[in-house]
Amino acid sequence: MTALQVVFLLTAAGIIGSALMVVSTPNLVHAALWLVVSLFGVAVLFVLLNAAFLAVAQVVIYIGAIAILFIFAVMLTRRLLVDPGGQTNPHWWVAALVALVLFAGLAWMLGNWPGFPATAPLAPAPGAETVQELGAALVSPNAYVLPFELASVLLLAALIGAIMVAREE
Amino acid sequence: MPFWRDPVSFIAQWLEGLLLGWGLAEGAATALLTLLGVVVVATIALLFGIILVWTERKVVARFQDRIGPNRVGPYGLFQPVADIIKLIIKEDITPLGADRVVYNIAPLLATVSVLLIWAVIPFAPTLFGTDVQVGVLYVVGVGGLGTLAIIMAGWSSNNKFALLGAFRTVAQLVSYEVPLVLVLLVPVLLARSMGLNAIVQQQEVWFVVYAPVGALIFLIASIAEIGRTPFDLLEAESEIVAGFHVEYTGMKFGLFYAAELIHALTISALTATLFLGGWRGPGAEAVPVLGAVYLLIKTGLVYFVVMWIRYTFPRIRIDHMLELCWKFLVPLSLALLVVTAVVDRAVLDAGLSTWARVGSHLLANVVLFVIAAQLVRVYARRARPIPVAEPGPIARAPEPTPAE
Repeated sequence: MTALQVVFLLTAAGIIGSALMVVSTPNLVHAALWLVVSLFGVAVLFVLLNAAFLAVAQVVIYIGAIAILFIFAVMLTRRLLVDPGGQTNPHWWVAALVALVLFAGLAWMLGNWPGFPATAPLAPAPGAETVQELGAALVSPNAYVLPFELASVLLLAALIGAIMVAREE
Repeated sequence: MPFWRDPVSFIAQWLEGLLLGWGLAEGAATALLTLLGVVVVATIALLFGIILVWTERKVVARFQDRIGPNRVGPYGLFQPVADIIKLIIKEDITPLGADRVVYNIAPLLATVSVLLIWAVIPFAPTLFGTDVQVGVLYVVGVGGLGTLAIIMAGWSSNNKFALLGAFRTVAQLVSYEVPLVLVLLVPVLLARSMGLNAIVQQQEVWFVVYAPVGALIFLIASIAEIGRTPFDLLEAESEIVAGFHVEYTGMKFGLFYAAELIHALTISALTATLFLGGWRGPGAEAVPVLGAVYLLIKTGLVYFVVMWIRYTFPRIRIDHMLELCWKFLVPLSLALLVVTAVVDRAVLDAGLSTWARVGSHLLANVVLFVIAAQLVRVYARRARPIPVAEPGPIARAPEPTPAE
């Protein structure tokens, strides 16, 4: 086992562990903080794949913006940050069953997919200039210009919506 | 390469040879050296923090017509050491009802988030932690961790003043991140790269000459990001005691204090790197150690300006703080970004020389600044009209009363 694999396994274990903590801790702010740990682990995975831009974007967007807004919203809306009720109700086993069936179905589908056992294409070498290629692909008509523009329109609509909601009239 | 020209690379090569000579695998040797580099850079940054305590106190004293620390050692040089000993031996108090784990992680995260930025600052042509391609974005991302640390401190202290400080932090830091990110794109656009070392290498003419407005917005937004006066609403002593760190004692408070000081130095170094040519200077290419000296001098100059602003301006009101960001800095930085992009493309298509490129960028900046200043003038006059004396009733002819 190479050092890279060890790091990958440790990171993956950390992501899954903190993701479990997100859904199992009764304290909402703790859940948000565990979410930050989990998202940070995903950024580490991107680094392991030499996808520096995606790793940093993950940190900027998910930790720097979304997680902080989560915590902010939780702190503003709830006086008691701990949920006093139990975390599960008597039907928890149904949910567990559905989750298991879903996992099994996904695993079966992936196992039947011919691309699954194939070797993944090599990650770009460290230090390769991938940012320029990504930038060009985002505005190139042959690549991702349409999804890029659609996402922009969606975000603009959200912005206008937020302003309309916040207006005093 | 002789030792005196580039001591750090020399020592690194010598150490690598030594480790390999001891029969260590190459990967292990690299990992060990990287670890050593991280420790050295972080330690140097923290040592700078100690020197900054003294500098800061001396400079503020001069601004306030005092002498400043002058008892411990020559010129009071050992005052920070005395301060640190005091901080270490103080009682460590955890408030009742505090969230212990989060409470203890917060000061560490605050310090780490600042030290992480030092990984990408190029100190000299051959001397940088790592040359990340997306260095500029990395700086923004790491800054987000600092915001998180302050929220964690404010929330976990179980104190309403600390929580108020955390709320203000989110309002301020998240708002000022917008103009900061927008204006960071200006040097990226001019250098055609996001890597900090590449940006320095492209600055044959300093980017502050290309985009003085950009440098100004960057400095203002950065000062807001580190929460210094006039933007110290997150720890406004006269309103919310000390804000997010009101419950911290001893060295935990010391870590927040050190983080703030080193953060101020870091944004000065970033300003020097992005707009003042970083390590560039006569002879820096041939003798890399000179580059570090140049960067240190430029950083010191910017740091002095930051201190000057801190000790000159009063604290800004919270609604003015938000208005300055959203109504002035964000539109201005957006306009600057568009203008820079259009001008640069036009210059490129016209095939003009470097000096023509600099001149057209400078002209565009000046025009933009004049327009912005005029708009602010009109806005200020409307918001706060200058009272002009009305002509008295005696000097005026009585108005004819309308027939009833």
